[in-house]
Amino acid sequence: MSDDVVSDIQRQYLVDLADKGRRFDDRGLDEYRDVSIETDVINQAEGSAHVRLGGTEVYCGVKMEMGDPYSDSPNQGVITTTAERNQMASPDFEGGPPRGPSVEVSRVIDRGIRESDAVPLESLCIEPGEKCWVVYLDVHCVDFDGNLFDAGSLGLLAALMTAQIPNHRHDLGEPEPLEIRSQPIMTTAVKIGDEILFDPTDLEEKVSSPRISVSTDEHGRIRAAQKSLAGGFQPEEIQETIRRSRRKAEELRSNVLETVKK
Amino acid sequence: MSREVVVPGDLLDDSGQKEAGSNAYKEGSEVYAERVGLKKEGSNHVEVVALSGKRYEPQRGDLVIGTIIEAKPSIWFLDINGPSDVGMHVNEVPWRVDFGETTKYLDIGETALMKVYHVDEQREAQVTMKDRTCRKLEGGTTITVPPSKVPRIIGRRGSMIKTIKNNTDCRLFVGKNGVIWFDGEPEEVSHVRDAIHMIVDQAHTSGLTERVETFLDEGPEAVDPPTE
Amino acid sequence: MAKADAPDLLNHEGLRIAERDPVNDEYTYGRGKDELRPIEIEAGVLNRADGSAYLEWGENKVLAATYGPRECHPRRDQDPAEAVVRVTYNMAPFSVSDRTRPGPSRRDREIGKVTSEALEPAVLTQLYPGAAIDVFIEIIEAEAGTRCAGLTAASVSMADAGIPMKGLVTSCAAGKIEDDVVLDLSREEDFHGEADLPIAVVPKTGDVVLLQMDGDLSADEFDEAIDKAYEACYDIHDLQKQALVDRYQGSATNGGNR
Repeated sequence: MSDDVVSDIQRQYLVDLADKGRRFDDRGLDEYRDVSIETDVINQAEGSAHVRLGGTEVYCGVKMEMGDPYSDSPNQGVITTTAERNQMASPDFEGGPPRGPSVEVSRVIDRGIRESDAVPLESLCIEPGEKCWVVYLDVHCVDFDGNLFDAGSLGLLAALMTAQIPNHRHDLGEPEPLEIRSQPIMTTAVKIGDEILFDPTDLEEKVSSPRISVSTDEHGRIRAAQKSLAGGFQPEEIQETIRRSRRKAEELRSNVLETVKK
Repeated sequence: MSREVVVPGDLLDDSGQKEAGSNAYKEGSEVYAERVGLKKEGSNHVEVVALSGKRYEPQRGDLVIGTIIEAKPSIWFLDINGPSDVGMHVNEVPWRVDFGETTKYLDIGETALMKVYHVDEQREAQVTMKDRTCRKLEGGTTITVPPSKVPRIIGRRGSMIKTIKNNTDCRLFVGKNGVIWFDGEPEEVSHVRDAIHMIVDQAHTSGLTERVETFLDEGPEAVDPPTE
Repeated sequence: MAKADAPDLLNHEGLRIAERDPVNDEYTYGRGKDELRPIEIEAGVLNRADGSAYLEWGENKVLAATYGPRECHPRRDQDPAEAVVRVTYNMAPFSVSDRTRPGPSRRDREIGKVTSEALEPAVLTQLYPGAAIDVFIEIIEAEAGTRCAGLTAASVSMADAGIPMKGLVTSCAAGKIEDDVVLDLSREEDFHGEADLPIAVVPKTGDVVLLQMDGDLSADEFDEAIDKAYEACYDIHDLQKQALVDRYQGSATNGGNR
C-alpha cells in the first residue's frame, strides 16, 4: 500500500554494508549528515528555526501566550511540545489525528527539554497562582529522510535560545529573551545487523530493528532516553551507544551555539 | 543549442497545420503544452519533451525494474515507480507456476527486471518476464532517479552506460522507469552511484561522458566543473 | 477588537500600509491601490514529493507539495473514469499570532475542498482513471490571503510534479478598505477592512474556478473587485511560469536530456 517499498535486496545490502562497518551514503557509523540551522524565520512566532538535517527539513516554532498555572504548581509556567509528521513530508505519513509515531516524537523531544530544565518553569511565572506563560513548542516536518527526533530537538533548542518573551503584547514592558538554563541535545542511533549507526536516513530506519534516542545536557549528563521500533539491544550495546551519544551531542551543540550567536 | 522551456497552457502552434504530439493537446487549430518541458517540432506535429516529474509513464517494450508488493494465486502486483501498480500474470513468467504457488517463485519484497508488454487505454500496464533479458535480481541494490534522466544515463547508442561499465567492476541494469540496479564491491558501488548522481545533476551539460570517465578513473578531484 | 484600534489604512496621499513595526505599532505607507504585495516563487524545493513549490507573498510563507498520479487509497475515493485531485490545506501551529491547534480546522477543510475544485478543472484527469493526485499545502507563516498564496503555490507544485494540465491556476484577492476597492489585502486591511473577495482563475481559459467573498460590497464594487483580482491573476501567472522556467532552464541547453 505504501508508496515507498523497501525491497529485500535493499534491506540485505544495508545489512551487509553495516557488517563491513559501512553505510550506503559512505558516512562513518557515528557521522551526522550536513546540518543547517537558520533562526528567526517566522515573524509570528516568539522564536523559530528552520533546520535541514540531510534530506530532512523541519520548521520549529515557539509561541507564548498568557494562561493559568496548574493549581498544583502555582509558581510555574507550562510547556507543551507537539511534533507533526505532515503528509507533505513523506508518502509514508498518514493523515488524520496523530498516531503512535507522531505522539512518540512529540513526547520524547518534550522530555529532553523538560527534564534538562532547559526552560525553568518557575521563570515562566508572571503572578503566582494567577498568571503564567504557556509556551508552545511545535515541530513541523515538511520533508522527511529519517531522524525526525534529532532534527526537531535541534530546531527547538535553537528556536528557544533566540525566543523573545512578548511582554509588549500584555503591557508587561519590552520583549526580553527567554531564560535558557541548559542546552539538551538529542542523538538518535539505530541497529542494523550488529552495528549501531547514528543519524539514520529513512531507508536505514526502515531496515533497522531497534532505535535509541538519548538526550544529554552540556555537562554530559543524560536527561532523557527512549528505545523504539521492534527488536532489542544488548545492555553493553546501550552503554556503548550512550558513550558515543555524549560525544556526538557536544559536536551538535557547538553547531547550534554558533548559529544562535549570529 | 538552446530550446524553449514551456509550461502547461503555453501555445505551441497556431498554424492549424500541426497535430499535438506527446505532452501536448489540441484545441481547435491550436496546440498547447500540457507539461513542463522542451518544445520540439516535427514536420506535422509539435510535442513537449517532459522535464519535470519523478514518476514513470509505462511504454510498451520498456525494460523496467520493479519490486513485488502483492502476490495473488495467479498474478503478482509490482511497484515500478509509476502512477499505479502493475500486474504480471503467471503466464508471463518463464516458469510453470501452479495456482496459488506464486510466492514460491517471486515473493513479496523481491525485485525483478521485466518488460512492459501492454499498456491499455486507461494507462494500466502489464509486464512480462518472458524475454531472455528478464530475470529476478539477486544481490546488489537499487536507487531510483527521475525517469526523464534515463536517456542521459544510457547515452547515445549506450555510450554513457558503456563508459560506466568499462571503468568499474560493477554489474549494472538501468530500468527505463528510473530504477537502477547495481552490484559489486562497496567502493565500486559507491563510485557508480556517485557517477549516476553526477549524470542526473549535470544532465544538461556538454562533455559529460568525458567527465564521468575522468570521475570513475581518477576520482572526483580530477573532474573539471561542467560548462552550461 | 474595537475598530477604534485600527491604524489608518490609507495615508493622506491615498497610499496603503507597506510595512509595519510590530513592537512599536508603527506603519510605513507606500503601496498603491492596485499594487500587489511582493511575491516570490521557487519550484522544486522538496526532495521527497513528486513536485513542490515555496512561495512568499507579503509575509505569507507557503509550501506546496504534490504526490501522484498514484494509487488511490482509500478505494472509496476512486473514480474509475478519471483521476481525483485531493487537497489538504493546513496551517502550522506557529503561523498565526494566536497559536492554532495542530491538524486541519474546519476552515482548513473548507479551503482544501474549494482549492481542489479550483485546481481540478485544469488537470487532464481523464488520462489517469482511478488514480489520485494529492496536493498538500502548508502555511508556514500567515499574513492575509493564505488561500490565494496556497493555491498559487499548489499549481506550481503540480506542474513541477509533471501532472498534465491544460494550464496553471492562479489566485488573488481584492477587497474594500476605507470605502475603496483595492487589490490584495494585507493583514491590517483584512482585519479592519470592509470586504475580501478571493478568486482563482485558469489564465489559459479565463475561467474563474474559485470565488469566495465576505463583508459588504455594492454590486458595482463587487464588479470592480472581480476585475482587479482577475487582472492581477495574469501578472501572478507570469511569476508562476517564470519559477518553472527558472527551475528547468538549465536543462534547456544542449538539447535537454537527449
